[in-house]
Amino acid sequence: MEVILEHLTKAFPSRDKKNPTEVIAVNDFDFTIPDGKLIGLLGPSGCGKSTTLNLICGLLAPTSGRIIFGDSDVTNLPPEARGVGLVFQNYALYPHLTVRQNILFPLQNLRGEDKLTKEEMNAKAEEAARLVQIDMLMDRKPKELSGGQQQRVAIARALVKRPQVLLLDEPLSNLDARLRLQTREEIKRIQTETGITTIFVTHDQEEAMSISDLIVVMKDGILQQIGRPQEVYDEPVNMFVAKFLGTPQINMFDGRVSGGLLYLGDTPVLKTEAPDSDVHVGIRPEGFVLADGSAGDGCEPLVCDLKAVEVSGRDVSIVSTHPACQAANIRAIMGSDRNMMVTGPSVSFRLRPDKVYLFDKETEKRIQ
Amino acid sequence: MSNVDDKSAQRRARLTEYRCWLYLLPAILFLGVFMVYPLVDVFVYSFEEGYNFASQSFFGTGLYNYSYVLHDPYFLQAVKNTFIIVIITVPMSTLIALGISLLLSQITKLRSMFQTIYFLPYVTNTLAVGLVFMILFKKTAYTDGMINLLINAFGGSSIDFIDGPYWAKMTVMCIYTVWVVMPFKILILTSALSSVNPDYYSAARVDGTRPWRIFYRITLPMISPMIFYLVITGFIGAFKAYSDEVALFGVDLNAAGMNTIVGYVYDMLYGDSGGYPSFASAAAIILFMIVLTITVINLMISDADD
Repeated sequence: MEVILEHLTKAFPSRDKKNPTEVIAVNDFDFTIPDGKLIGLLGPSGCGKSTTLNLICGLLAPTSGRIIFGDSDVTNLPPEARGVGLVFQNYALYPHLTVRQNILFPLQNLRGEDKLTKEEMNAKAEEAARLVQIDMLMDRKPKELSGGQQQRVAIARALVKRPQVLLLDEPLSNLDARLRLQTREEIKRIQTETGITTIFVTHDQEEAMSISDLIVVMKDGILQQIGRPQEVYDEPVNMFVAKFLGTPQINMFDGRVSGGLLYLGDTPVLKTEAPDSDVHVGIRPEGFVLADGSAGDGCEPLVCDLKAVEVSGRDVSIVSTHPACQAANIRAIMGSDRNMMVTGPSVSFRLRPDKVYLFDKETEKRIQ
Repeated sequence: MSNVDDKSAQRRARLTEYRCWLYLLPAILFLGVFMVYPLVDVFVYSFEEGYNFASQSFFGTGLYNYSYVLHDPYFLQAVKNTFIIVIITVPMSTLIALGISLLLSQITKLRSMFQTIYFLPYVTNTLAVGLVFMILFKKTAYTDGMINLLINAFGGSSIDFIDGPYWAKMTVMCIYTVWVVMPFKILILTSALSSVNPDYYSAARVDGTRPWRIFYRITLPMISPMIFYLVITGFIGAFKAYSDEVALFGVDLNAAGMNTIVGYVYDMLYGDSGGYPSFASAAAIILFMIVLTITVINLMISDADD
């Protein structure tokens, strides 16, 4: 089911009487979520992602704008009439009910012509449980399950009514690191198997990047960028998106464009077609290449003071400093496969042009 | 080698055990002196005929005290009154308190004000409340209380609730008891209701659960430990009722026909017919057995439910 948000806005009245400006949690969202995809709503905490999710599922009513599922407008429909399944961050499994009773619960609410017989309900519950591989735990209480198993029960409960749209609120944040990795693959598998349009909220960019078909990056209630994860990572539209995606973080420098050359400090490091101005420069950690001599195209290597070399086995990260860098350290990552020798006191880098982004000093928008 | 280890381990275990008892000693001593010993004493008195505090003497042992008490019409009246009060007020106060708590948890405006109002009876002196009830329900040759004015307004004739027929007095007694015990229950239930994670309600809403079903499938099971607690303490409290009766009907409860078991015990010890610790002890033991039985049944029900 395609989900279309049309100029969706949610404003909360201010609780502070002295300062009665309202808080706009979601500001004029206007985008389409294609059918059968896994979408990650990504942003720092407090950016309105959970509010967006609650608007889509109907627990909150929008201040203005419309929500359309397929070709029906669901803006004014209550949650149960929208055909959505929601998995809560804390799972919200009813503690006094067994796994089976929890999964059956949504089915038992059905009325009128949708009403199912006991056998039908049991069959559906079994099917949902099999899908998330908890069919052997049906008679346990939630407290007798591990966090990962509880998570699966919550997903089974959300899926049992065969929703058009599955919504997951921070589905992995209550799990430990190893389980998180496992579970996100599991979510991807369930989504692919069922083909249900799935929207999940997370503040963890790695999580969003790894399993989403599309990611939606938000900040302060404002949509920043939508795209395939690699696309958003490679072509961030502004400084926020560039900084938010990628671990380790992008390295930010104060730079200057002059005469078709990008200067970091006094060093011309790269050719550019950008107009002359002061700029923010973002360089991905993998955008640094150890320089052996001058490139000979009018550019010079960036010479930094070496601080440390950290070896992880798979790759090496070189920590160094440069006066033009906005953070204390520059972190460069390169493969450890070659026979590399880095010794102080300084280290020289060439930059990969596709990993260097220029941003306007004022608007922080990307300069293409 | 391992033999030696075993022995030292055993000794250590024994030492740990002694230490546990040592830490428990103050509490055990206190409870022993002020609770277990008097209990045993009362138990002993209840089998000693005509026990006298002053001379510490008695003239026989046996079940005579029990037989006397169980054949005493005042005692039988007290047992009847107590049971009526328990059976009517405990379920009624719990249900009404649950209803009020549910309504309180729905409103947002003025909630704390209503909570304070509902809590007022708890901090008000029993005798003062009794006086208010007497004024509300009174009927004298010259004036009627507000309740009688209301009855008159609807075309009925005045009823003497304080000195009149038994059922009238019992009605006032039950209303009074419900009113007095409710604040505590509302307090406990509102906090129990607010401790239910709102996500459960959101989850239920997404699944289209009807309000009544949310109440009995989610809310009620979630707060059931608190309800059981209130029912058990409610039963115990109602069985021990005495001061409320005094507040409404004065100290001569036998004459008013509104005595309770605790009132009977008190009368046997200190009242006009006082000076019979043996009978008082027997009555107290009977009350103890009743409360114990009811509490055990309550606990069994709540365990079976789990």
